Amino acid sequence: MADTARDPPPAHTDFQELEDGEDLFLEPAVIQESGPASLPAEDISANSNGPKQDSLFDDDPEDLFAEATEEVSLDSPEREVLLSDGPSPAITPITPPTSVITPRIGLAHDDMFTHSSFDEIEEEEGGDSFDMHISVSDPEKVGDGMNAYMAYKVTTKTSMSLFKTDEFSVKRRFSDFLGLHSKLASKYLHIGYIVPPAPEKSIVGMTKVKVGKEDQSSNEFVEKRRSALERYLMRTVKHPILLKDPDVLQFLESSELPRAVSTQALSSAGLLRMVNKAADAVNKMTIKMNESDAWFEEKQQHFENLDVQLRKLHASVESLVCHRKELSVNTAQFAKSAAMLGNSEDHTALSRALSQLAEVEEKIDQLHQDQANADFYLFSELLGDYVRLITAVKGVFDHRMKTWQKWQDSQLLLQKKREAEAKLQFTNKPDKLQQAKDEIKELEGKVQQGERDFEQISKTIRKEVSRFEKERVKDFKMIIIKYLESLVQTQQQLIKYWDAFLPEAKAIS
Amino acid sequence: MMEEVKEVTPTLSVHADNIKVTEVLKEGDTLTFIIVSQKLSGTGEYHVDRTYDDFEWLQQHLFSQEDVPGIQGVIFPPLPAKAQVNASAKVMKQLGFLGLEEWQPYCKALENFLQQIAAHSILCKNKALEIFLTSSDPPGRQRVRKNIFNRLSQAVVEMRKESHKDVDEFFQTERDHNLVLTGCTKTATERFLDVVLTEQKIAVACGHFSAALQLCVEQGEDPDKQAFSKACVKLSEVFNSMMKNMTSVAENNVNTLGVGLDLESRYQEAEKEMLFRRTCKLVELETARRNAEKAKPVKKAAMEEVKKAAETEFDHICGVAKQEIAQFHGLRVKMLQQALVQWCEKQLLTAKEKADQFDQHLQAFRGMA
Repeated sequence: MADTARDPPPAHTDFQELEDGEDLFLEPAVIQESGPASLPAEDISANSNGPKQDSLFDDDPEDLFAEATEEVSLDSPEREVLLSDGPSPAITPITPPTSVITPRIGLAHDDMFTHSSFDEIEEEEGGDSFDMHISVSDPEKVGDGMNAYMAYKVTTKTSMSLFKTDEFSVKRRFSDFLGLHSKLASKYLHIGYIVPPAPEKSIVGMTKVKVGKEDQSSNEFVEKRRSALERYLMRTVKHPILLKDPDVLQFLESSELPRAVSTQALSSAGLLRMVNKAADAVNKMTIKMNESDAWFEEKQQHFENLDVQLRKLHASVESLVCHRKELSVNTAQFAKSAAMLGNSEDHTALSRALSQLAEVEEKIDQLHQDQANADFYLFSELLGDYVRLITAVKGVFDHRMKTWQKWQDSQLLLQKKREAEAKLQFTNKPDKLQQAKDEIKELEGKVQQGERDFEQISKTIRKEVSRFEKERVKDFKMIIIKYLESLVQTQQQLIKYWDAFLPEAKAIS
Repeated sequence: MMEEVKEVTPTLSVHADNIKVTEVLKEGDTLTFIIVSQKLSGTGEYHVDRTYDDFEWLQQHLFSQEDVPGIQGVIFPPLPAKAQVNASAKVMKQLGFLGLEEWQPYCKALENFLQQIAAHSILCKNKALEIFLTSSDPPGRQRVRKNIFNRLSQAVVEMRKESHKDVDEFFQTERDHNLVLTGCTKTATERFLDVVLTEQKIAVACGHFSAALQLCVEQGEDPDKQAFSKACVKLSEVFNSMMKNMTSVAENNVNTLGVGLDLESRYQEAEKEMLFRRTCKLVELETARRNAEKAKPVKKAAMEEVKKAAETEFDHICGVAKQEIAQFHGLRVKMLQQALVQWCEKQLLTAKEKADQFDQHLQAFRGMA
């Protein structure tokens, strides 16, 4: 039960649309209230404020692949579960204990207003606009053999008063990022916030790095991961609520971070258990929800469609990237053979021209590689990110349904109790009657809370979806412009190369 | 079969450098080529239709001019492999560049074949060429007689002769050089073909992406939806441009450097064949000399005759060969230069066009945001 006695605000308060850059300042008590009120607290492991996840994972200290798990593809059923607030949807999420929320948030900051509730958002007086840039850089291998890991430097540059300094950096490893996501997911997903998913795990990629294979594919893997981690952090901090979360701040600022253990390898048995629980949950989920709000129905359909389309686009781009890489290889091969031809050639001018041809082709090969990178890092990764994000969005809609279901269940239970009480009226069992009355009172509270929760999550989702859609448009537009700029640049380079070659060709004989 | 005319024959009645293969028609399984040539006298044209078999007929006639001294020293203009409608993968691989772009490069190759024959001082005198270019009836679809130059019919054991040491430094050098160049050119041609085929794949992939983007257009009043849809449409246009660009780049590659390398490669092979024929004759000569030396008095005179004939023939061949080689060196440099210059000019033009287009797209997009 929430300690703070505060009347829940009326269900449909007008609120202003949350603009990018407006800071939503929270009090710890508010966060508590928004969670389900009367559930037994689950055992929390020291390092995670999510539900106890460790029991579902193989706690094998000998596990060589502690850092890695199966490659989780975009389509695997485990994805949904992994992205959700906890390993088992059947475990209802808990209110995060106050101890986890650092006091700092509760302090009155000079520049900021404290809000009285989620629902009322006031204009910040002289509030910070979003000015923050995070870079992930300098991947460094730490340790040897199978215990090795990559450490990344996370540098934050900001003028926001939320932080003590303008620029600061910390060292983090991949499991730290996963730990951060896990915490955020357990705190926010079930109340309707779209928590950006963490980058994917990869056994194959990491093993190569551990084993010390210094080849192009493992370098590519590290670069791909570095870029993904950067995008993940930027997305997370762009979210006005998540930015203020103490775990996020701790992640960005504190030099030492307790090791996240809940991200250990999933054994196949553990995975199977998770999948089975997910299947159970899905069965429960075929609830016919009385959707009173057409907006939600429409949006769910919209996201379903978007999911399908984005996956198609993603597949298309992957194919393109693959061919470009092939072109680069073939161009390099051709350049070599042209060079050999030039060397074997007797005729001086022709020999020279052929050698120049080989050089031009080598340069063009470099352009192909750059273009392939642009295709990949701009489009392929963006589309992949959004496919994963949409999975998180769908998760949030599912949570709303679960919240509704809980509310309905409470109502049904209340109904039954009332009927039972009515019957008890005619029996001479004052103790039982009193007990029934007590239970009914408790349930009435529960029903009210359930309704509040449902309305709250609905409201939150509306805000979140609106924010998501705006971000989506911005993201895509920015990427497209970057891509076009790279195309133009490539063409300009190409023109230079051809211009330089033409006189050589003409000079033959 | 036509008669070999002994007296001085008039040369070709059409302009050698103006022979064009203007069209290719698909009739069932066969490809028919329309060949147009300009009359030397007056302003008339000849239009004839020929199939691949007719080209082979012509080639056979050229090969079988046994009365022309030193004919084996000629570097015969190479005829491309047979083109087929619905060709198998193996045939397409063999054809390489010539099998692409709707047979246009193939027509160019046939055209080149005819032009080179018409320009050749010895070959242009052959009546077969005149008939081929001017006769309204197809010259006859039966094979003349066994091609004495057909390498494929030569016993495998003959291949040993390829490395037979030469008596003449000029020819030994030429043979060595030809061997290296043939290998290098073939490799370069194959690799360039790989480049072009990948470029075509990229063009297709861009097309797919462009089409997939069109499907992302969302209906609705919602400003975010509209903004996203507009972005998708614009990006779809960009990728359409990219598809066209790649297609042009691949086309340019095929029509200029591609066919150029292909022609060079086939010509190198033709020179190789000529040098081989000469080497075989050398072996024959050396054998004849040995036989004449070792011959018993009874056979001696006959062996001497054989030896003398072989010597004469070999001398003729060497004479012709030297000329051919000199001409060939000049010709191939010219051909390659032409190919390289055309290639560079076309790619430069395409790159400039595309740079403008992409820039326009970029400006339009910036304006949208």
